[in-house]
Amino acid sequence: MQTLINYTLYLADNALILAQRNAEWCGHGPILEQDIALTNISLDLLGQSRSFYQYAAQLINAEHPSAMPATEDSLAYLRDVFAFRNILMNELPNGDWGQTVLRQFFFSAYQFPLFERMKHSSDATLAAIAEKSLKEVTYHLRWSSEWVIRLGDGTEESHSRMEKALDELWTYTGEIFEPAPYEKAAVEAGFGVDATSLKDAWMERVSNILQEATLTVPAPRWMQTGGKEGKHSEHLGFVLAEMQFLQRAYPNATW
Amino acid sequence: MNINITKYYYGDIPEEKGGGNTAKTESTANWPLWEVFIRSKQGLDHKHVGSLHATDAAMAIENARDVYTRRMEGISIWVVESKYIHASSPDDAAAFYEPANDKVYRHPTFYDLPDELKHM
Amino acid sequence: MSVQELEKIFQQKIDQEIKIEPKDWMPEAYRKTLVRQISQHAHSEIIGMLPEGNWITRAPSLKRKAILLAKVQDEAGHGLYLYAATETLGTSREQTMDDLHSGKAKYSSIFNYPTLTWGDIGAIGWLVDGAAILNQVMLCRTSYGPYSRANIRICKEESFHQRQGFEILLVLSQGTPEQKAICQDAINRWWWPSLMMFGPKDGESTHSEQSTIWKIKRKSNDELRQQFVNMIAEQVKILGMTLPDADLKYNEQTKNYEFGEIDWNEFWNVVKGNGPCNKQRLDTRRKAHENGAWVRAAAEAHSAKRAARKQEQAKVA
Repeated sequence: MQTLINYTLYLADNALILAQRNAEWCGHGPILEQDIALTNISLDLLGQSRSFYQYAAQLINAEHPSAMPATEDSLAYLRDVFAFRNILMNELPNGDWGQTVLRQFFFSAYQFPLFERMKHSSDATLAAIAEKSLKEVTYHLRWSSEWVIRLGDGTEESHSRMEKALDELWTYTGEIFEPAPYEKAAVEAGFGVDATSLKDAWMERVSNILQEATLTVPAPRWMQTGGKEGKHSEHLGFVLAEMQFLQRAYPNATW
Repeated sequence: MNINITKYYYGDIPEEKGGGNTAKTESTANWPLWEVFIRSKQGLDHKHVGSLHATDAAMAIENARDVYTRRMEGISIWVVESKYIHASSPDDAAAFYEPANDKVYRHPTFYDLPDELKHM
Repeated sequence: MSVQELEKIFQQKIDQEIKIEPKDWMPEAYRKTLVRQISQHAHSEIIGMLPEGNWITRAPSLKRKAILLAKVQDEAGHGLYLYAATETLGTSREQTMDDLHSGKAKYSSIFNYPTLTWGDIGAIGWLVDGAAILNQVMLCRTSYGPYSRANIRICKEESFHQRQGFEILLVLSQGTPEQKAICQDAINRWWWPSLMMFGPKDGESTHSEQSTIWKIKRKSNDELRQQFVNMIAEQVKILGMTLPDADLKYNEQTKNYEFGEIDWNEFWNVVKGNGPCNKQRLDTRRKAHENGAWVRAAAEAHSAKRAARKQEQAKVA
């Protein structure tokens, strides 16, 4: 049970933190149409995180009955940095529009095969959330791929900005396929998806899109890890400080 | 009073503002304008819902999806660059539409038939 | 046809409630008035995203975050519909936005006030959107077709905005003493600026008379303001809160709420650019636009490259 809870929280945290980062763009996008588009993605990810948190809360409450039952909000708002399991990439500051769409592309290219497999999970709830989310992710992947291509193969400036973004983000992509203990246990228990098995499909898609974008796949390098096990960058603390401010300042209030 | 009698012959949008390959008067880039048509459900026509900016047709369709179907307004999208819409002129309204006014015999209500007649 | 005759036909159409469409002849002053008004309306939507957008990352629950994000996104959509309406009058979005960024164009002064607490998000939804909706419902019947259609779409989408704002305040008003204080404080700060949203008094509004003859506006500033006060003065009772106006009282005879004098000095000052956030709001907008320039240019360049390649392929074939 604890494995399922941890695994579900991992899926939830990934979605929430990226939703939070993408939401920072709302009102600041490069053109109205795309401001709206990125907000749609943020809303989808936020919705996914809520589905996962609600499920995790249900599992936690079944396992540890308490006078203060867990809720989607207690999980999002009352855990500290070390309890969050999201990958490091999702908590990084947005950078420019290029870096934001590249990160979205990397993440969607992971979520897509992940949910494709997870919709056959032995856990019916995970399977159902995966099936619903897959439709959203299909669009995110299309949208972000196109932006990566556009900016890579756009102007000189956009190309060099994308090279920089690629350099910035690449070191965080390895973590996606480095399974945490709860991921391994989830695979053994039969409901989880083996992250290592997604790597080839991810790499193939990423290579193809980068090639179309006239960008070069970076050479293998040291990969930053730790987020999945609660060892985060300094950025997450600030994300949480902002996000959790009201819940922390006014404990036990209803909003 | 300063009177503008410019008449436009391209859809809702003056030709020079239609974007695309037309010469730009401003220094800053302005993405071409597109008109969006949406089929709200299977069996109905596509209906004009508004416009937006995009650099090409593929992006215009996606922008239309993001801007105009957030509340389940549609299941199919058409886009066309505004400059390709050709429209009739209001000046022709009299010659175009008024001659239809006296053809009342085209309408079923014109025929005075007995009430007993059913299913017609 | 002479200009006088064209004008006569134009006014006849207006009088008969026939909508004016983009290709119809219209007096230049009508066109100019519309461009000014619609672009101000559009800018208000876009600038209006900022004070509320402030709180997206700090929304106190995931549900509230989703609602607020969707709502602020709606404002972007509304701005977009309205810019499209100005484009039917021959003014490009880029041009219209340049006027905003240069400070030439105005937007609703209400957005030059800061959002300090979560209560402000409730107050904006309830009071600011409430005031805007009254205006927009009226504008659904405006004489210019594209503007009328944009407002119809906006009103459809806005219907949840005011409700979510009131709900935020309702929850606060039933919460802890601190939450009640947040609620009252927000109402206190947003009440007067909301009343100012309807613009100067009827006698002092420069554009009103001609706009009414052209049926661009269909109700006067004071009429709408009174309608608003009557509505809010009743709704505030449900919250168990008060409006910060000692002169507010119901008049049995007129069936209207009478209210105190608006601080017009403050109003004109904020219009002139001296509001607490005028500079900050414009700077933020300008920055977003400038930071987006390379993105817009790249997307355009890419589409051009793609089109050229397609042509090249067609030649080879």
